[in-house]
Amino acid sequence: MTALDSLRAFAVVFVAALLQVVIVSSLVIAGGAPDLLLVVVVALGLLRGSVPGAAFGFVGGLVVDVVTLGTLGVTSLILTLAGFWAGRYAETTGRDRRLAPLIAVGTITVLAGAFGYLLHYLLDAEVVAGTVLVTALVPAFFLNLILALPVFALVRRLVGEAQRELAPEVEVLV
Amino acid sequence: MPRQRSPRSAALGLTVRRIPTTIPSRSSGTLRRRLVVGLLVLASLVLISLSFRADESGPLGGVQSAGATVLRPFAVGFERVAQPFRDVYGWADSLLTARSEAETLREELREARQRAIQSEYAVQENVYLRDLLDYRDGPRFPADFDPVAAEVIGRPSGAFTQAIVIAAGSNDGVRANDPVVTADGLVGVVTRVTSGTARIQLLTDEEAAASAIDLRTGATGIVRHARGTRETLVLDRVRKQDVVRRGNEIVTAGWRAGALSSLYPKGIPIGRVTSVGQTDTDLFQQVQVDPYVDFGALDAVLVLVPTERGG
Repeated sequence: MTALDSLRAFAVVFVAALLQVVIVSSLVIAGGAPDLLLVVVVALGLLRGSVPGAAFGFVGGLVVDVVTLGTLGVTSLILTLAGFWAGRYAETTGRDRRLAPLIAVGTITVLAGAFGYLLHYLLDAEVVAGTVLVTALVPAFFLNLILALPVFALVRRLVGEAQRELAPEVEVLV
Repeated sequence: MPRQRSPRSAALGLTVRRIPTTIPSRSSGTLRRRLVVGLLVLASLVLISLSFRADESGPLGGVQSAGATVLRPFAVGFERVAQPFRDVYGWADSLLTARSEAETLREELREARQRAIQSEYAVQENVYLRDLLDYRDGPRFPADFDPVAAEVIGRPSGAFTQAIVIAAGSNDGVRANDPVVTADGLVGVVTRVTSGTARIQLLTDEEAAASAIDLRTGATGIVRHARGTRETLVLDRVRKQDVVRRGNEIVTAGWRAGALSSLYPKGIPIGRVTSVGQTDTDLFQQVQVDPYVDFGALDAVLVLVPTERGG
């Protein structure tokens, strides 16, 4: 990944983090709000690999935690793991699957919700499981799925796709 | 290009050509990947530990405050750009409920007119009686506060906390624990402050609570978030012998006990009672309150800064 690519990806994550905090979080539909930043981090993980996915997840989470004056590191940890998992999925079983963005976004939304709940529970925050895991997560799941393909296409257009390592290739000449 | 023939390909009479590729060592790539991710996870855990344990005046609080100050112009800029779109969304949303809302408002207006006349008499009587008693009281709303108007510039994502971030901070006189209101009623309380921004814990947060009173009957309780809902409140700890009726108005109680006093001054509207119930086994009544404030559509708020602090 070149310095220019990294800069472009950083700009995408930065804008997505601010959009999430300023606008998207307040767009509550049927009890839940979409998570644009999570979808962008997943898209970056799918397109650029597990290490860039994790790194941009960390940066995006840090921006959110700083702007919202929340506990530093909470969103970073969730998004680091989300970006890493998306990247590993793309590097292994998700390679060349058309529905990979949908599968990754859907799975990671559920896992991130559950992990976020666990993390807040461990930090002794008053969080009701029913509200977080059902009332808010179910609509967020579907809203994130709606965002998945357009955001993936947009991020691919802005950041591009990583060149994959070539597997050993054998050409048979008859 | 060199030809490499295996016994099998030679037997089949095939020509096999290997295409050279640059394949990085698989083990070093895996090690690098694990190292980077491990470091990022470790950094997150260190940040969580430090942020959770340290207070706002600590080094990490200072870093976060500086970061928030740097990012504030971006957040304010995004908010300004987003405002027209938010207005359109709000307008479209309000169209769906306009008819039923208009009818409710007409009814409320009739009631309000009658109560305004009654209140006027009560105020005059109250002033006279207070003078007689030389009454000592806590800060009163809105007379003992200077409101600081602030734009809402952010919300944490996810349903873990109910909070907003506003574009006013310690430079504007805002301090932690200052109450926050809108023209409709109580919003919450300031929990964290930087020089240019502040975080407000909304009344719908699981950890928020305010002592409250039924304006008509005087029944007291604690307003908190109703579990399993997003924006409904409950008036908790109302004794069974106290009277609370559907439609009654709930306002902050604003108690004072010696040097201690409620964070919220008395008389800030909170909401209207929508249902009252009780069971034989419960110690208290179950009172549901519909808040006046639309917590999902907050654009600007007023932070109540005590006048005595300014002076």
